[in-house]
Formats: sequence, structure tokens, C-alpha cells
Amino acid sequence: MKKFGLACILLFGAVLLYGTMDFPVYGDPHSPASQHVSDYYIEKTIEDTAVPNIVTAVLADYRGYDTLFETAVILTAGFACFFLLRRFRRPPPKFRLYRHLDTGITLIFEEGAKEPVDSDEFMRIDSQWVPYDLIIQKAAGLVVPFLQLFALYVVAHGHHSPGGGFQGGVIFGATIILIAISNDLRSTSRRISESISAKMASTGVLIYAGTGTLCLLLGANFLDYGVLSQLINVSPIMARSHGILLVEIGVGIAVSAVMIWIYYNLASAGRHDEGL
Amino acid sequence: MQEMMEVFLARYNYWVVIFLMMIGLYAMIAKNNLVKKIIGMNIFQTAIILFYVSIATKRDASIPIIGHGHDGHHAILVADYMNPLPHVLMLTAIVVSVATLGVALALAIKAYQQHDTLEEDEIIEQLKVEYLNQP
Repeated sequence: MKKFGLACILLFGAVLLYGTMDFPVYGDPHSPASQHVSDYYIEKTIEDTAVPNIVTAVLADYRGYDTLFETAVILTAGFACFFLLRRFRRPPPKFRLYRHLDTGITLIFEEGAKEPVDSDEFMRIDSQWVPYDLIIQKAAGLVVPFLQLFALYVVAHGHHSPGGGFQGGVIFGATIILIAISNDLRSTSRRISESISAKMASTGVLIYAGTGTLCLLLGANFLDYGVLSQLINVSPIMARSHGILLVEIGVGIAVSAVMIWIYYNLASAGRHDEGL
Repeated sequence: MQEMMEVFLARYNYWVVIFLMMIGLYAMIAKNNLVKKIIGMNIFQTAIILFYVSIATKRDASIPIIGHGHDGHHAILVADYMNPLPHVLMLTAIVVSVATLGVALALAIKAYQQHDTLEEDEIIEQLKVEYLNQP
């Protein structure tokens, strides 16, 4: 099987390499991919939308349908992980581990034993051996606010610099995942629970689709943001810019929430009690 | 020979992409472990992303963000900015690849819970035994 696979791959590679002989050379400004609609985007974006970042304008305005359904794909992935893995009814664990924080002693509580509540003195730890890593916890806690601020900056400043809803949302989701890795899953899901992340994911897609529907109700086409100028007192071109921002915020919320949700389900194999 | 080298150097981005594609496809076909297959799928997706981004480049061009965006009308030369369209397509493709990775890993976890192994041949063996033993 391996040799057959290797032969297939080599044949595949050889055919593709032969095909590249007709391709445009690297960095060719007149390559077919850079003709047609791409020139229009570069020349007209400022006139049409007042957004200097062409990628953002194309993403949220010219190709708004594409991005809407990409966001829906991500939401579907979150739901798929949930329905594949999540288990609500589970047998109680045979034993639970608690750490006495002052002395660092690990206590084993067998099934049925009276357990301490999570307090300042006792902390529940995962059943795989988990060292007490104060430095990692505190260092991650120190970095996370700044990372989240940066994520918000990336979302909000996507019009003028590289960035946007997808990138900022992924950074924001990664900060929550960083908290979950450096502390544990239980304390993180007490802060941002699964139901909140699921609702946020749906809300993000709803903001996107709702912006489109708002344009529809105001008498224009779906996702035609220019008509939003009736609501906010700006020119139709600036209204496009603001509409793009609204949509990017929706994308950011959806992406960050789905990242968190997928992580919760994957790290604990759907049990949400302990993981990683 | 000289001519061959020139052809190669002018299109080296495709060679890199095809090499990555071959690695990913080989891992998907020949590897026995499901997680290694998933890693192969991710390498393949990365190759596609690299392909799209590399065909977006123009010689001596800048990133597709228009400088001096708001102060008056400047002439915008198409040759000064890279092609934004492949960047847009890949921006969404990256996030979708993360999402498919999540679903693939969820399926792998599910398979591990059912069969206690991630090796494909052992899973197929178990399925065969199950099939033969059913009434």
C-alpha cells in the first residue's frame, strides 16, 4: 500500500509539475489571476467604500455572500463537534484529586467520600498528574488582557491595517484557550460557559445576517450597506464602511466563540469535567 | 541545462507548493494513524493556501492596502498593489481549515472511544470481526 501510494503521489506530482510549465512566472503582474475583477477592486475600492484595506472591502462588501456562508460553515463546525462529542450523562469518576494549596499535598477522594468545596485552600485537579505551575498560570494571566486588547484592535482597525473579524476573532479565542491550558478547563468554563460560547457563536452569525436583512428592509439588496445611510447620518459611501465594520464585529464574535467551543469539546472529549 | 534552471527558478513557488501537496497527500494515503492522516490533510490545505497567495504577488508591488487612503484623490496604479482576491479567498479558507480540523479531530476522538485505537488497520480488523459475528 505504501509503495503504491508513493507511486501515485510521484505520478501526481510529475503531472502537476509538467502542468506548471504553462503557468505564469512568479510575480508576473500580467498573470491571468491579476486581470479582470482584481483591477476593479484595486482601483474602485476607495471610491466605493472608503476602506483603504482592499482585502477587508472585498471580504465584507463585494464578496459578502461568500463570507456570510463561510461564517455559517464555522458555526456548523462548532455544532458538529458538539453533537459528535458532547456527553451530558456520565458515570461519576472513581476518584477525584484535590490539591491542598498551602502544603502542595495531593489528596485522593474515593467515590462517595465527602469532598471539599473549591476554596482558597483546596483546588480540584485533573486525574492525570498535573504539576502545580504557578509561574505559567500567573504569566498567562498577565499576558491575556493585552492579547485581548490586541484582538479588539485587530477587529476594529481592519479597515486601515491588516486585520479584520476572522483574525481578531481567532486571537480572542486563542486567549481564552490560553487561560484554559494554563489553568484548567473547569475554572475557564465557569468564566465563559459552553452555553455562552454557543449563544455568542449564533449571535455573531445573526449580526452578519441581520445587517444584510436590515439593508433588505430599507429597500436595497441583501448586504448592500450603502442604504444604511438612512439610519446613521453619513454619506452612502461611509455607510458602506460602517456596514463592513458591523459585519466584521459579527464575524469576530462568531469565530472567537466557535474556537472556544470546539476547544472545550475536543480537550475534554465532550465531558467538560477535565481536560489537558 | 541553463534553460531548465531558468524555467525552474522563474516558477519555484509552484515547485514548493507541489512538494508540500505531495507530502500531504502521501500522508493521507499511506499513513496508518488517523491523526497523521489529519496532519497530512492540514499540510495539503497549507499548500493550497500558499499556492493562492503566491499567485497573488506582483513584482515590486505592495500589500493591498491603499496608502494615503483618505486625504484626497491619488492616482491608484494597479501594478503597485498585489492582487487582493486570492488573499480574501485564503483568509476564509484558513478559518475553514481550522474548522474542518476541529471536526476531523472530533471524529478521531469518537473513533478512539469506540475502538480504543487510532490505527486504521486495527479499526478495520475490529469492524470485520463485528461484521462476521452479527446474527
